[in-house]
Parts: sequence; C-alpha cells; structure tokens
Amino acid sequence: MKMLINVPETVVADALRGMAAAHPELAVDVENRVIVRGDAPVAGKVGLVSGGGSGHEPLHGGFVGPGMLSAACPGEVFTSPVPDQMVRAAAAVDSGAGVLFIVKNYTGDVLNFDMAAELAEEEGIRVAKVLVNDDVAVTDSLFTAGRRGTGATLFVEKLAGAAAEEGAPLDRVEAIARQVNENARTFGVALSAVTTPAKGSPTFDLPDGELELGIGIHGEPGRERRAMMTSREIADFAVDAVLEDLRPKGPVLALVNGMGATPLLELYGFNAEVQRVLAERNVTVARTLVGNYVTSLDMAGCSVTLCQVDGELLRLYDAPVETAGLRWGR
Amino acid sequence: MSDQESGGTLDGDFFRRWLTTAGAAVEREADHLTELDSAIGDADHGANLQRGFRAVTAALEKEGPLAPGAVLTLAGRQLISTVGGASGPLYGTLLRRTGKELGDASAVTPARFAEALAAGVAAVAQLGGAKAGDKTMLDALEPAVEVLGTSFAAGAEAARAGALATVPLQARKGRASYLGERSVGHQDPGATSAALLLAALAETSEATG
Repeated sequence: MKMLINVPETVVADALRGMAAAHPELAVDVENRVIVRGDAPVAGKVGLVSGGGSGHEPLHGGFVGPGMLSAACPGEVFTSPVPDQMVRAAAAVDSGAGVLFIVKNYTGDVLNFDMAAELAEEEGIRVAKVLVNDDVAVTDSLFTAGRRGTGATLFVEKLAGAAAEEGAPLDRVEAIARQVNENARTFGVALSAVTTPAKGSPTFDLPDGELELGIGIHGEPGRERRAMMTSREIADFAVDAVLEDLRPKGPVLALVNGMGATPLLELYGFNAEVQRVLAERNVTVARTLVGNYVTSLDMAGCSVTLCQVDGELLRLYDAPVETAGLRWGR
Repeated sequence: MSDQESGGTLDGDFFRRWLTTAGAAVEREADHLTELDSAIGDADHGANLQRGFRAVTAALEKEGPLAPGAVLTLAGRQLISTVGGASGPLYGTLLRRTGKELGDASAVTPARFAEALAAGVAAVAQLGGAKAGDKTMLDALEPAVEVLGTSFAAGAEAARAGALATVPLQARKGRASYLGERSVGHQDPGATSAALLLAALAETSEATG
C-alpha cells in the first residue's frame, strides 16, 4: 500500500507540523500533541476539549476555533490520547469558567479522559464530561461496552461550542452537549477496509462485491456483511436504521459523512437518496452537511447522522464558526 | 521456584529486570499482538505496548535504586502517559496499584507480591468494568493470580491457558465487543499480552533462582 508518509512513527507529529504551518491562528504544540485556539484562554468562556485517535480528520483538531472546540488532543492513529495531553489542553483553555470534556464512547477514550478529569480537578480546574454514543449499529446492552460515539460528535462540538462562545456557563454548555447527543443517531457502512500506517495492509479483508454494515470509525469490521448494494439501497437501510431508533418528532440536522476515500461526487449522490428516504418518511430536514468530517483514514464508505433540533439548537447550529474543517457565518 | 522454597525475597532490582524482560517480550511479539488485534480490534496493540514499555525501560534507566513498589508505580505512570487507548490506563493501573500495595518495603516475599498483584488485577476489573469471561486481559490475569502464590511458573502457565481460552468467547468489553458474535474464534490480544507479562515474571524468577 502506497502512502504519502515518511515513517509510521512520525505520522501524527508530521501532520501537526503541517497543520501549524497552514493555520497560524492555532497554537499547535507538536511535542505534547495539543491543538489550541490561538486566543485561548478566552476570559469568562467555558473551554471545550475533545480528542481521540488520529485518523479521523478533520475531527477533532480541524474543529478547533471560535464557535467550536477550544482545544483538541490527537492520539496515535486510532488510539486515544493520554491523560497528560488532556490536562495540558484543559489548563491552556481554562479561564476559570471550567472545561467540558467531549468524549466518544470508546473504552480507551473514556478511561483516559476519566483519569485526566481527576488530575485536572486536582489542579483546580472545574471539569464536566459528556459522552457521545450515537451509533445505532451497536445495541447498548450488558454485552457490549455501550454504543460507539461517531458522527454526532460533530454536532455536539458545534452546538455546545456555539453556546460556550455566547458565554453560557459550564452547566448550560454541558446540558446542550447532552441534549444534542440524546437527539442524534448514526449508522455507517464501509465499502473498503482501512489501512493504518503502522500495519501497512488492510485491517480486515473486504472483497469486491461486498460491503460491511454498521461499521465504526477505527477500521474494525462492522456487524454484518452483505453483497454490495446501490446508493439507493444503502440510503434506505442506513436512514431506516437511524429512524427506527431516533423517531424524530421535529426537524433534523442531517450529516452525510464520508469515511475518507469516497469522493464528494458519490457523497452528494448518496445525499440525494438520503433526502429522498427522509421525505418519504415525512422527516423535515432543517440543515444538511455533506463531506468528509469524521473519517477513518482511507476507508471508503459513509455514515448518516440525524439530530432532532428545536429552534434553540438550530440557532446554535447556524451560529458563526471559524475552524479549519468547518467555517460559516462570519 | 527456588525463591519461594527458600523463603527468599524480591528486591527492586528483581522488578526492574521483570519489566525489562517484559519489554523485550513485547518487542519480540509486537507484530503478533497487532495481528491478533487486527482481527477483532484496530491493529495497534503491539505498537502501543511497545511504545509504553520503551518508555518504562528509559524511565527506569534514569532512576537509581528503587524499592519494588516504586519500580512498579513508576512503570505504571509511564504506561498511562505513553500508551493511550484502553491498554494504557488498564496496564498502568495494574502496575501502579500493585506498587502501592507493596508500599516502600525494600524487598517483598513472592507471596506478598502475589497478594499485591491480585489487588492490582481487582483494580483493573473495577476500572474496566469487566470480569473473567468478557474476553479481556482479565481472562489471563485472574487465573494467574489465583495460583501465583504457588509459583511464578504456575502463574505464567495459568495466564497462557487463560489467553488461549479466550478464542471461543464473545467479547463483551472494549472495541471487540462491537463485533458481537464475529469476535468469536479469535484470541484476545489483551489476554495475550497479559500472558507475556506473566511469562516474563517466571523467566526473571528462574534466571534469579
């Protein structure tokens, strides 16, 4: 497998150096792996810190900036960051108003953020945590580690980020984040497996003519494998899987997300099918976002996230945002 | 196990050699661990532990003589600070908690160490919310600490058998749990690396004996 890298060991650091060069408005600490908005800490503003394995770009570093995250901690590829990074990030963005940790529900992320929260509190930083667990492909039962956190992370970071930017206090920002997570569900499919730089070959074998339904964002196989389906059939399957669980009673935000290797031509075509199914199911779409936002390296495939919104949440979605990966309204 | 038969004790240097031996085993087996992890996880377990144990070795080299408890807590802290993922906090907690149990005694008996490691294993179970049978490192660690008081060789053998016994299990914790029934038929990488740690303990003890 050909990759645009030097050696696997420096992939994350190399990317951070390049990100720093492209975005002088960010403070990128390459050695300690923390990306902070350049004007942090902002007086009186709640800090939002997220993080996770690298390989999901633009998540999370690409979402640092006014109106969204205050800081992000990228771990090794598909590996959660370590508590030291999170504590450093929290200290860099805390203005005294406290910090919200936004954590995707993967065991490693949860354990490391838990440890970091304890350490940050020992340093006198007020910390709240919200867990994102939107993936309907995983049944939340005693027999799993709970639902995975995937596409809804973007909505949680955007809407809670907007609330924090307006000066909302920590408990309010936390409540918004929880509300968004509770109102959002995701389903993903893979058309190809992932190749991680460290392994250099696909993490699982997915033959031509087959697809994986219910994948996560770490190259782990999905719950079920089927013969390849058309865009129309995939949209029917994915949207129905989300709606069966979400049952929205109002308008929704729709995220049609690419997993990294699927071109926008295909994603827009897929979005047409997603909008068709939603119309057939009488679901009103308030806003739609199409693109590669929560990716899985070079995986081909897509995910659909729907998030039910009221007027207040929609207003927070529309609020200005200025980050490397998401930017509008100012 | 001449140490235990003679009532001998284990000093800080013994634990330093254990962790160095374990680090060498992780280096040797890194590709195998990653291969196991690619079947039911995300193919990074070997690389992650390698990074952690290199940091452990480097940190221990910088320190002068340390008590057994201090060696283990220092190693645990290094793992938490460098590994990431779930294995960082879990292995870090295992060593830190075991080290804290040993306190600042300059040497400990094998029986005392076995007790301390059992407390470390209990802390791992609590942190991860897992139990034996969930297809995790506990499937190797729990049977190992049950017999570790008999001999370190018995502990290593129990861990090895425990890791092999994860093959038919369905994962209920960690990333492999998301595969449901598809996790069946694969050996758990965490249980496998835990067995490596116990094998290194027996190896260090034999070399000492």
